[in-house]
Amino acid sequence: MKIIEAQRLTRKFGDFVAVDAISFNVEAGEILGFLGANGAGKTTAIKMLTGLLSPTSGDATVAGFDVYSQPEKIKKSIGYMSQRFSLYEDLTVAENIRFYGGIYGLSARQISTRRDDLLERLDLGHARDDRIRSLPLGWRQKLAFSVALLHEPRIVFLDEPTGGVDPITRRQFWDMIYETAARGITVFVTTHYMDEAEYCDRISIMVDGRIEAIGQPADLKKSFDVASVDELFVRLARPVQA
Amino acid sequence: MRTLLFILQKEFLQIFRNRAMLPIIFVMPVVQLIILGNAATFEIKQIEMSVVDRDNSLSSRQLIDKMEASGYFAMSSYSVDGRDTGEELLTGEADMQLVIPKHFERDLRTVEPATIQLIFDAQDGATAGVANSYASTIISDISRHVAIDRVHLAAESEVSRRIAVIPANWYNPNLNYQTYMVPGILVILVTMIGTFLSAMNVVREKEIGTIEQLNVTPLKRYQFIVGKLLPLLIIALAELAFGLVIARVLFDVPILGSLSLIFALATVYLLVMLGFGLWISTFTHTQQQAMFLAWFFMVVFILMSGLFTPIESMPEWAQRVTLANPVAYFIKIMRRVMLKGAGFGAVSVEFWALTVYATLILSLAVKQYRKVSA
Repeated sequence: MKIIEAQRLTRKFGDFVAVDAISFNVEAGEILGFLGANGAGKTTAIKMLTGLLSPTSGDATVAGFDVYSQPEKIKKSIGYMSQRFSLYEDLTVAENIRFYGGIYGLSARQISTRRDDLLERLDLGHARDDRIRSLPLGWRQKLAFSVALLHEPRIVFLDEPTGGVDPITRRQFWDMIYETAARGITVFVTTHYMDEAEYCDRISIMVDGRIEAIGQPADLKKSFDVASVDELFVRLARPVQA
Repeated sequence: MRTLLFILQKEFLQIFRNRAMLPIIFVMPVVQLIILGNAATFEIKQIEMSVVDRDNSLSSRQLIDKMEASGYFAMSSYSVDGRDTGEELLTGEADMQLVIPKHFERDLRTVEPATIQLIFDAQDGATAGVANSYASTIISDISRHVAIDRVHLAAESEVSRRIAVIPANWYNPNLNYQTYMVPGILVILVTMIGTFLSAMNVVREKEIGTIEQLNVTPLKRYQFIVGKLLPLLIIALAELAFGLVIARVLFDVPILGSLSLIFALATVYLLVMLGFGLWISTFTHTQQQAMFLAWFFMVVFILMSGLFTPIESMPEWAQRVTLANPVAYFIKIMRRVMLKGAGFGAVSVEFWALTVYATLILSLAVKQYRKVSA
């Protein structure tokens, strides 16, 4: 089952074409790595799929809903963790969970059980009443991811979730991504770390607003005759960066 | 509705947890009210007067004594042969120079008109005008007495005494400036808190990036806006209540009108100013930008509000501009209701103006606040 379908999805800012007629599908429950250099158009593409930005042309459906006419329905079915930090630093862990649970319409009981589950899974029970500000970055990122899953969305969009995080926490974060996908939730993730790209079911490489390659990492490496995703990325992205 | 409660809870938590903002919200306005309430006055006392008394006669000294005894003038220097070049005015040692020419007394006692010269430091035209009118009153008083002394002018003075003017100062019988100023200052403080907080509060979510997170949730636009503005409205009204207590207790300003009318009108007014802040926040990206823009509007609004200078004495075009100034309406309302005990009927024009304003600015702000960027 296809959970995201994009057909010639385009976004222009004046004369600048940020996303140039990209077409791709995402299967339910898969982990799609969305790669590209800075400015390649990844974030713009995510913003269109999450209903933050309206497309200039093209079509897309997310969780079966149209991005033009049903953005509010899409919002109920997706979770989103932006590049920028998404939790309130001046509120405690529990308060953030209550707030986000509340605006997604969870009942008080749902909020408290899911909060306890979440804290136990992350082993953050002791930090329940700590302000987010006082937590280390790695914990915050894991927490932000969990909060984005609080309302049990069908798809979760992660925009560079592991930026600035230490290697061990990065590893743990990817374990969480696998667990999430195992629960049938589709994970759409952008990253700059090529080792992370190897963990994805499929990857897409965006260059200059277009998708230059999309497929399973092993297949792509074979067809481009490269040893690693890193090499593949450099080969595809180089003409732009030079 | 339930969603709204979650937002309100979060907003209040954040406001009361912000250690930098809390004193700004609650302490600063009180301090300002106390300082400005005592300092902002148009009453002019102790006008420094330098005297050049070339006549040095009984009459000239009588004139000087009278001036000093009025309490408005204080002699800063006296000379019988000084020059009337107004040097003291230049250095600021004196605000005014009184020059009594030779033969002042002689002229006073004959038919020759006696002349004296008053030179004012008129940088501030209003102050100079007031000083002039005080001085003129005292001088004409003296000349009337002189006239009575002179038998051949007795008939004329009879005429001047036939019309007796008995002034009555309504609404502020003691001409107390605090009574006049404090309600206006109160308005300014509530206004600043409301506008700045609403402009900064929304922009802050933009700055830290959480607004994007909220925009991908099913949160509705009206829920977000009501959730943002309602706590600020409550805080601003609480501040007004606090200010009214200070006005009553500390400044002895009467509150003749009904308190519920004051708060009802304040709510409408605050919707305008909160909407204004929200509108600013829709097209600014940092708290700094929002602050500067809010400040720009505030300065214009306050200076053209009729707080310091009466709207009636502004030029025609400026008076028309004040029709678009919500602060001017609310100052009129507060003065009328507090000092004159006006009921709703006496402020209904202002009420409707504010209602229209609130509707316009809030719809504009709501329209401009988008969850989806175009």
